[in-house]
Amino acid sequence: MNRTEKIRSPKKGRKMPIKVLIPTPLRPYAGKQPVIEVNAQTVGEALSALVALHPDLRKHLFTEEGKLRSFVNVYLNSDDIRYLSKDATPVTETDTITIVPSVAGGR
Amino acid sequence: MALSISRSLLDRLRRHGEETYPYECCGVLVGSFDDAGGKKATTAVACGNTRTDSPRNRYRIDPAELVRIQREAILAGRDIVGFYHSHPDHPAMWSATDLAEAHWTGCSYLITGVERGHAVLTNSFVLLEDEDSKRFEDEIVEVTAE
Repeated sequence: MNRTEKIRSPKKGRKMPIKVLIPTPLRPYAGKQPVIEVNAQTVGEALSALVALHPDLRKHLFTEEGKLRSFVNVYLNSDDIRYLSKDATPVTETDTITIVPSVAGGR
Repeated sequence: MALSISRSLLDRLRRHGEETYPYECCGVLVGSFDDAGGKKATTAVACGNTRTDSPRNRYRIDPAELVRIQREAILAGRDIVGFYHSHPDHPAMWSATDLAEAHWTGCSYLITGVERGHAVLTNSFVLLEDEDSKRFEDEIVEVTAE
């Protein structure tokens, strides 16, 4: 084991506190809070921790198969997680996850 | 339930529909909710229409813009309370597409009919119920002096 691995190894498995911004339509299922802090190493873990804290959110975020609903966008800071590593995208405590349902339509 | 909005703000989003004619405009209303379910819009953020494939009859707001607007609103102690778009040469009434693509329950969806480049009626509809049983309901708009 080299020196770098020795330094990193204590952090392995350590979950970071990370903020998740909740859009107004989901607040009734999230204790009416606009911002919820969870501990996670990845975006997927953060979302799992979020629905563990607020189980009523689950059906509004995920399909019965456990996939994000098609109209739910999840961003890590300014980036869509679909263009990062999706659920496996790593997070740090300076990051913010934002959930936004899509806005579209037309006559 | 009602949406309160100032005359100048309402005029601004109606003008946006005239400026983008014959294409649909779109934007976000930021403000606050009251305990009785009413809303007050204090800012209108004009957004680009990303449906460049069919801008005359479709609109879509870039989610990245929504992320930025929502983040700034929350930091300022405010919320996204609604959205607006225009219907060029079409009534200010929600369409099947508008309902299918609406996901912000409790928020207002303002629609301005723009005929030959001139804004005519602006109506507001509030989205109610869960995704599986969602519906639009007519919403009273209280226009204030400021």
